Amino acid sequence: MSPIIHVEHLIKRYKNSQANAVDDVSFEVAPGEFFVLLGPNGAGKTTTISILTTTLAPTSGRIEIAGHDLVRAPNGVRESVGIIFQNPSLDQNLTAEENIRLHATMYGLYPFRPTYWLMPREYKAQVNELAAVLGIQKEIHKPIKTFSGGMKRKLEIIRSLIHHPRVLFLDEPTTGLDPLSRRSLWDYLTRVRAEKATTIFLSTHYLEEAEQADTICILNHGRVIAQGTPDQVKARLVENYLLIDAANRDALRQELRVRNVPFVETPLFKIELNGTSEQHFTPHQLLKLIDTPLTTVKIHTPSVEDAYLAILEANDDDNANTAAH
Amino acid sequence: MTTITQTQLRTERNRSFPNQLALNVNATLAIAFRDFLKFLRDRARILSTFLFPLIFIGFLGGGMQATFGGSSGYNFLPFVFTGVLAQTIWQSTAIGIISLLEDRQNDFSQEIFVSPISRYAIVFGKILGETLVALPQGLGIILFGLVLGVSMSPLQVLGLMVAGVVAALYGGAFGIMVLGVMPSRRAADQLFPFVFLPQFFTAGVFVPIKNLPLPLEIVSLLSPLRYAVDLVRGLFYAGSAEFDFVVLGPIWVNVLVLGISFGVFMVIGTVLFVRAERNR
Repeated sequence: MSPIIHVEHLIKRYKNSQANAVDDVSFEVAPGEFFVLLGPNGAGKTTTISILTTTLAPTSGRIEIAGHDLVRAPNGVRESVGIIFQNPSLDQNLTAEENIRLHATMYGLYPFRPTYWLMPREYKAQVNELAAVLGIQKEIHKPIKTFSGGMKRKLEIIRSLIHHPRVLFLDEPTTGLDPLSRRSLWDYLTRVRAEKATTIFLSTHYLEEAEQADTICILNHGRVIAQGTPDQVKARLVENYLLIDAANRDALRQELRVRNVPFVETPLFKIELNGTSEQHFTPHQLLKLIDTPLTTVKIHTPSVEDAYLAILEANDDDNANTAAH
Repeated sequence: MTTITQTQLRTERNRSFPNQLALNVNATLAIAFRDFLKFLRDRARILSTFLFPLIFIGFLGGGMQATFGGSSGYNFLPFVFTGVLAQTIWQSTAIGIISLLEDRQNDFSQEIFVSPISRYAIVFGKILGETLVALPQGLGIILFGLVLGVSMSPLQVLGLMVAGVVAALYGGAFGIMVLGVMPSRRAADQLFPFVFLPQFFTAGVFVPIKNLPLPLEIVSLLSPLRYAVDLVRGLFYAGSAEFDFVVLGPIWVNVLVLGISFGVFMVIGTVLFVRAERNR
């Protein structure tokens, strides 16, 4: 299946800036995928989303969304996507229903009418249905000001879905929400994915929000530093190792050398479990090789959080080294 | 599966809107009405829009009439009244347009700019909205005028309303032009007073500019507000003996200048504004 988002060598340099905010980024997103753009603040996430949603012009690069070229056919792109901005974008002076109505008329779903009562019957049915989903049948005609943060976020999502976008962009949508609202927002998004098969493009700096993704793309200083499924990112870039120790360290050292097991003393004996060395051991195999009585056995399998931090740190070190040279 | 949904949606949309123009007109109306609703729900703003003109017409018009009225050959009160009417409406829409930039971080305008409609529709919707906001103010000023003793026939009131709508739309186009030229929001905030205040005088809002020295005359001819003020006065004074003392040019000349510059401001302003926003 051809990708629904195709980004090739995207570069963005802001005016009056020495560095590229987005620096030669390429990726693809398959239809229906849950894609997460992960990175610390200032990594270029919002810049990337602003470009993909047509409010910011790229400096160079080729981008296609839902078959539309971003530069030549921005309105085609706009019709195909929905966006939840980092900051709330509801009109505080309007009621929930008026916010939805404005969106619906701007996207050409219904003819404009100045009051709810003059709107077509299908529109009213749709609004009632949405209000029921949110559980705000009573508040739907009340000003947005009276809504809680979580409620506003959900309303924004509902609003962004009424024109049936093929891709839904969410730019750090849970920033500033309490854990309960955050959880219920995720449950709702999961349901949306299941029911409508909408492609979700999410940016976040919270790692736990990336764990359920189909693809994670880690951005740092405007560059992609890792990309793949959460397991791939974990496996490829972070070491799994076994830590052992013995009362008689000399005996253990001797034994490991004889068995040809590569290790590092930290001062605990650190043995790689995958990846770099030519010899691969499972923890079980390793322990069977060793006769010296052990005092400590620890298996280190990183969480995605560890993987993420390790990747960022390694990347920052590299940058510091390059800069120093 | 998603593709099918999209196709169905497109046919549905096409059914309610025969063409792109109808779709854009629809969006323009929706955007305009939003601004009007916002105004109706902002009591402080409604109050303040009425206070300023009241002070100007009452004190300036009344005061100048008492001081110079006798020697000028015409009544100052209606002169200042018509000037302030045009200026207030014109400036109200021009400044209203600046809210297009209003803290984009927190504002709803980002939602408008990602919608699949023409950028001209967005800007014109905004101008139309600010016009709807300016008109109640215009009506208020006319009421104050009546209370303060400016006598006018129903036909004159109608003329003021028509000219008021023109002045409002024109102010909006001027606003987007200024916004398009301004490099940043901060610059816009700082420079707006310099764009507006001098025109109080160069456009003859409350000081007659019938016989200006040449350099000042040129500046005056280049002031966009001049033509809006003169159109309002032209329609107000039409057929009266004071017409030749007060009004600067024929109505048709004002209409022509207003029409052409409206078009130029709209196109150049929108193009520059959209480009500046996207090419940050």
